[in-house]
Amino acid sequence: MSEKKKWFTLDFGFNKENATTTTSGCGCGNTSGGCNSHKPAPIEPPVATSCGCGSTTGSCSSHNTPPPKNEYTITADEFDAAVEDTMVGETQKDGFQQVFDVKMDRRTAFRKLTASLLIGAGAVQTSCSAIAGEETKEKAQIDWEEQFKGNYKLMTQEERDATVKRLVRSYQLRKKENISMSATDASEDVLFGYAFNISKCQGYMNCVSACVEENNQDRNSQMQYIRIHEMKDGEGFKFNEADDNYYHEVPAEGHFYMGTQCFHCDDPPCVNVCPVEATWREKDGLVVIDYDWCIGCRYCMAACPYDGRRFNWSKPEVPQAEVNKNQHYLGNRMRKKGVMEKCTFCIQRSRSGKDPACVEACPTGARIFGNLLDPESTIRWVLENKKVFRLKEDLGTEPKFWYFMD
Amino acid sequence: MKTLRAFGSMVKDSLGYITHGSKTYHIWMIFLTAIMLIGMYCYSIQLEEGLSATGMTDRVSWGLYISNFTFLVGVAAAAVMLVMPTYVLHDIDFKQAVLIGEGLAVAALLMCLAFVIADMGGPSVLWHMIPGIGVFNFPNSMLAWDVIVLNGYLFINITIPLYILFRHYQGKDANPKVYIPGSILSVLWAVGIHLVTAFLYEGLQARPFWNNALLGPRFLASAFAAGPALIILVLAIIKRFSDFKIPDTTIKKIAMIVVVAAQINLIMLFSELFKEFYAPTHHSESAYYLFFGLEGKTALLPWIWTAIPMNILATILLTFHKLRNNPKVLYFCCVLLFVAIWIEKGFGLIVPGFIPGPYGKIAEYTPTGIEIGVTLGIWAMGAFIFTMLAKTSIGIELGKLRYKKGKK
Repeated sequence: MSEKKKWFTLDFGFNKENATTTTSGCGCGNTSGGCNSHKPAPIEPPVATSCGCGSTTGSCSSHNTPPPKNEYTITADEFDAAVEDTMVGETQKDGFQQVFDVKMDRRTAFRKLTASLLIGAGAVQTSCSAIAGEETKEKAQIDWEEQFKGNYKLMTQEERDATVKRLVRSYQLRKKENISMSATDASEDVLFGYAFNISKCQGYMNCVSACVEENNQDRNSQMQYIRIHEMKDGEGFKFNEADDNYYHEVPAEGHFYMGTQCFHCDDPPCVNVCPVEATWREKDGLVVIDYDWCIGCRYCMAACPYDGRRFNWSKPEVPQAEVNKNQHYLGNRMRKKGVMEKCTFCIQRSRSGKDPACVEACPTGARIFGNLLDPESTIRWVLENKKVFRLKEDLGTEPKFWYFMD
Repeated sequence: MKTLRAFGSMVKDSLGYITHGSKTYHIWMIFLTAIMLIGMYCYSIQLEEGLSATGMTDRVSWGLYISNFTFLVGVAAAAVMLVMPTYVLHDIDFKQAVLIGEGLAVAALLMCLAFVIADMGGPSVLWHMIPGIGVFNFPNSMLAWDVIVLNGYLFINITIPLYILFRHYQGKDANPKVYIPGSILSVLWAVGIHLVTAFLYEGLQARPFWNNALLGPRFLASAFAAGPALIILVLAIIKRFSDFKIPDTTIKKIAMIVVVAAQINLIMLFSELFKEFYAPTHHSESAYYLFFGLEGKTALLPWIWTAIPMNILATILLTFHKLRNNPKVLYFCCVLLFVAIWIEKGFGLIVPGFIPGPYGKIAEYTPTGIEIGVTLGIWAMGAFIFTMLAKTSIGIELGKLRYKKGKK
């Protein structure tokens, strides 16, 4: 990692050199036995830390709350010796030595073992599965690093690669399947734009289901980025009277259809209001979210005039067989509970030269996507030859999503 | 070193002082603790299930938590109405009340922070918001501003009373040169926390109900009515249950503040109603929803039609000197005002902002039991903290808690 960091990495003494050996989630330091084994050896570190005397300066009596009788039986001589040892030189005793280089009778030993087992149990429960060992350690290590990683926007290339690698590995460890995750950056001379042909749309909603499948949206809450509004002919755009949740045969007599989703504004209000810069506009115009940096305050949701943002109110679930394994860090990778998400114009597809899933799925050709900077693109043709308009232009957010009619 | 020892002794003495008291005191504290525990249990369910345990949805994405947060910022800011006359204008009357007011501000701010945290989707990554180790979207995000001003105000309101009480504890007088600058800062700061919180909503072009230049000033007016109203009630309770002398003139002066603020608040309310209903536009729909309901959705009607008459009645009653000087009427009006403004500036402000949604969709919001449990728990926490702070400061002010030099 680079020296000038723009974010925070916690260092609890697990230095880079020994990070691989010391940070196990269960804290037991044992790789194969797991914490449930009753041999004294594997549970040493919990003993050391739980008594609170893992500090370098001292003996156990340096913390004075419980009477020593309960925990240790140290004679005055031994105590002095220990103090001297720590005072004298560089040879500081570590927690292990402080606790175990001490004579104790069987009863105290058992007491300590029980106490430490109890303390360890909580931590163990979360991180140790039946097949403890290397994998558990690795999972814990990944979780730790993921918890304290920085904001993707400010990461260096190596750090981005590292987090992508961690996420791929984490999925492999947990689900026993491989995914591919990219972190492709915006290309030069690309600015994505979208156009929607109101005359063509018949309200089939293929775009909606394609979007859900492509972007691994939560199936339980039926989260959908796209809403199709069914409006009455001859009444104009009356969104408040439109039905965006219909379950009948389409196209319904006397109705027309209009889709909305994130419009990827050029001056997005949602980006301005985010208190932690967890969402931003990429160079190619896509407004994206770092799901791991989002704190879930939902201010962006209140700020969006286009209903473009969605929140994971509970843990998102996608059946494993339906998971789209072609993922992008800023796009359709698996989300967690309590974070925002939104349409990214299928960043995992658009940045590799494909159309978003909704465009591809639309059976009527109502959806047009392309590079606004390419004079030969279809989207440019539409903008130049059709009478296009945008929604709520008066708000000054400059959406890159246009509507037109044949 | 001496100071440190005196400070340690003060902490120890106050701990002893707040853990001893009358039977009523103990029952009160046990009651609050029980509610806090229930709140914590509800919060643990919310942590486990996610915010789906609340009534909030993608359509109405802020609810009871943010409503209470908004209201309590006002209560916190109101302490300034006591600080200013006492420290800056040297009005002796308020000296006794001001420590109580500042204690109230501290409790209200802690409740604000608790409500914000309860509303977060990811409380475990809250450190992303801490300047220095996180990334702070300053000065763009009003929420970033809010974090700064709220914590700054909390700091000011802890340090000033702490300094004064600490001096009194040692039997010395507080040095005005130390606390006056702090008090002046806190006066400006209080206006700041309120305006910033109002700007949080005012700055959203997506929500016409909030995107309204009157929101900030109205926040101030309603805060300076509801906050001091609460202080009057608290002082009345303290007067009843302790030996702390609070002269009637103090309460009368605070009542004066309440009246003026409530009158200004009413004028602004009428101005707002006029604008929304004389020439209604598409942007008046939220106000229509709030006051009359839209498409048969009328969840807020009973609330707002309770709040408005309460507000008007209290303001009218308090306007007459004779009635205001009658303690019974005064306390009654203070309760009315407090509840009315809690409704009006709480979910009467937050929920209609989301209804109708950006495309006119009307989806209502009803808080769940979990949400109400957490909310009550946080209120109990505030009352708990305030009781401890008030008890200690009263103890010191009455001379019951004094530093004894002989004793270690």
